[in-house]
Amino acid sequence: MSDELVKALSELQEEKALNVVRELLAAGEDPLKIMDACGQAMEIVGKKFEDGVYFVPDLIFAGEILKGISAEVKPHIAEGAEQKRLGQVVLGTVAGDIHDIGKDVVHFMLDSNGFEVHDLGIDVPAEKFVEKIKETGAKVVAMSGLLTMAFDSMKQTVDAIKEAGLRDQVKIMIGGSQVDEEVRVYTGADAYGNDAMSAVNYAKQWLGGE
Amino acid sequence: MAQVNERLKRVNEAIELKEPDRVPIFFQSNYLPAKVAGLTCRDAYYKQDEYLEAYKKFIIEYDPDLFFTADAPIITPGPIHDLWGTVQMKWPGHEIGVNSSHQFVEGEYMKQEEYDDFLNDPSDFLIRVYIPRVFKNLEGLNMLPPLMLTVLGCYGGGFWASTFAQPQLAEAFEAMLKASKTAAEWNMKFAQFHKEMAEAGYVPSHTGPVLVPFDVISDLLRGMRGAMLDMYRVPDKLLAAQEKLFPLLLATAVQGAKATGITRVFIPLHRGADGFMSIEQFEKFYWPFTKKLILGLIDEGLTPMPFFEGVYDQRLEYLAELPKGKVLGLFDRSDIFKVKEVLKDTMCICGGMPISLLQTGTPESVKEYTKKLIDVVGKDGGFIMGSSTVLDEANPELVKVWADFTKEYGTYH
Repeated sequence: MSDELVKALSELQEEKALNVVRELLAAGEDPLKIMDACGQAMEIVGKKFEDGVYFVPDLIFAGEILKGISAEVKPHIAEGAEQKRLGQVVLGTVAGDIHDIGKDVVHFMLDSNGFEVHDLGIDVPAEKFVEKIKETGAKVVAMSGLLTMAFDSMKQTVDAIKEAGLRDQVKIMIGGSQVDEEVRVYTGADAYGNDAMSAVNYAKQWLGGE
Repeated sequence: MAQVNERLKRVNEAIELKEPDRVPIFFQSNYLPAKVAGLTCRDAYYKQDEYLEAYKKFIIEYDPDLFFTADAPIITPGPIHDLWGTVQMKWPGHEIGVNSSHQFVEGEYMKQEEYDDFLNDPSDFLIRVYIPRVFKNLEGLNMLPPLMLTVLGCYGGGFWASTFAQPQLAEAFEAMLKASKTAAEWNMKFAQFHKEMAEAGYVPSHTGPVLVPFDVISDLLRGMRGAMLDMYRVPDKLLAAQEKLFPLLLATAVQGAKATGITRVFIPLHRGADGFMSIEQFEKFYWPFTKKLILGLIDEGLTPMPFFEGVYDQRLEYLAELPKGKVLGLFDRSDIFKVKEVLKDTMCICGGMPISLLQTGTPESVKEYTKKLIDVVGKDGGFIMGSSTVLDEANPELVKVWADFTKEYGTYH
């Protein structure tokens, strides 16, 4: 039954997935197991994205189906156990830039690959990154930006992390369609990427998880 | 006038896939001229005279063969946004810094269940439902009666004449009236500017831009998220809405180009790029109306200027379906050398210079890459030198090096 759920969700069959969930709940299945199955399905979705089979619309739709499932299952879950996470990543679109698509895809991919993501949102000032690193002790920072002015914000954020004395404890990646090696050097980041998979790969490299 | 002919001739020969006397250069200058003159991005939205003066100075000094039309960065002047209470974008100094580029705020301004209202009576839906949502100060328009009620003609006194007395509606009309006066002033100055530039021998890239139907729906009506969910949940409606929008978009673009005599039509493409959707989704939802729009413009004797923003490496074979020597394709981060290979006999290629290099490079690294572009992408003509994207934050000194070196090294004969 839960195999059926994994299949339906990973193949983006919304109605089927919801029906299976309702049947499982009616049959008294452990709600945490249902969410586990969803986790497996989302991993497959992430893998398909990585392999170029799925694209942004598919991720969005998968997330939407999952939201529907969670709404059905949540009321059945008591105060509960947390999933074990591989490590923490502080993520945000840098100051002056309000673009969220790339950041959201990276969030999805990191999350489905088992990382705990602290998503600071868009137009995030350097201090917010610094605060979050201090608060969580995260070892990886991922900065997103679409605009060319984001290069300067990225640089300022890296500088702020340095000034706070945190540079040695974090690895920093930057991402966005215009970033490249040239920009990486300019900002002082450790790595750059133009797609969400590179974010996952760096996180794995830096935090383990392979 | 000799100058105009020379620059325009160079550009036109490249568009026709020929070798001009040398590689022409296009500046997607955007906010850079304002910045060079010490103005803020916000000034571009509010101080038109100073902004245009700065733009003019910049063009004369840097001397591109094709310059990004001065209206391009200004997606509706600031005072009009203030009057209307625009929701769909942030402009410099409004919820973002005075030196930030304008940015769009996508949302579900039309809900999925409203497709039928839009399809059945687009104007009624747009005026009474959509406009009040996307402009705070025009909210009063939601008090209008169904527009079809006007069919009652002389009976109108009993049915709708009185609606216009409602204060919210009167306020909305007042805001629109004021905005239209501002718009007329700005348009007149832009037109005057382009006339002067033409007289001085400079060639603007285009007049008004046009969006393809999918992007209108995704950017303005449903938001990207909404439009992408529609591919799964209401695919037929998503296509029907594109069908509905298409004739209007084509006609508006044709009319605009004909009115100004500038034959190049800028089409910024947003959601069709690699990664945004699969090839199947692209084939079904994006490419048909995009191609139709491009062909429709060509049929009218115009030169479509699509900006393939992002990466199109996986879609180049579709672009190769377009008629030869009729399209000026601007490329962003596609592999420009592969673009040359696949499209050299189809369209004039413009782009290739990574903006990162113009922003953080050195004169040497800029020259080296410029040389490579001219050698490879410029081979046999059909190439216009351009940057991957807008020059907003480019280093003016490097821009100068880039332009001068293109002219010096890029000669064909």
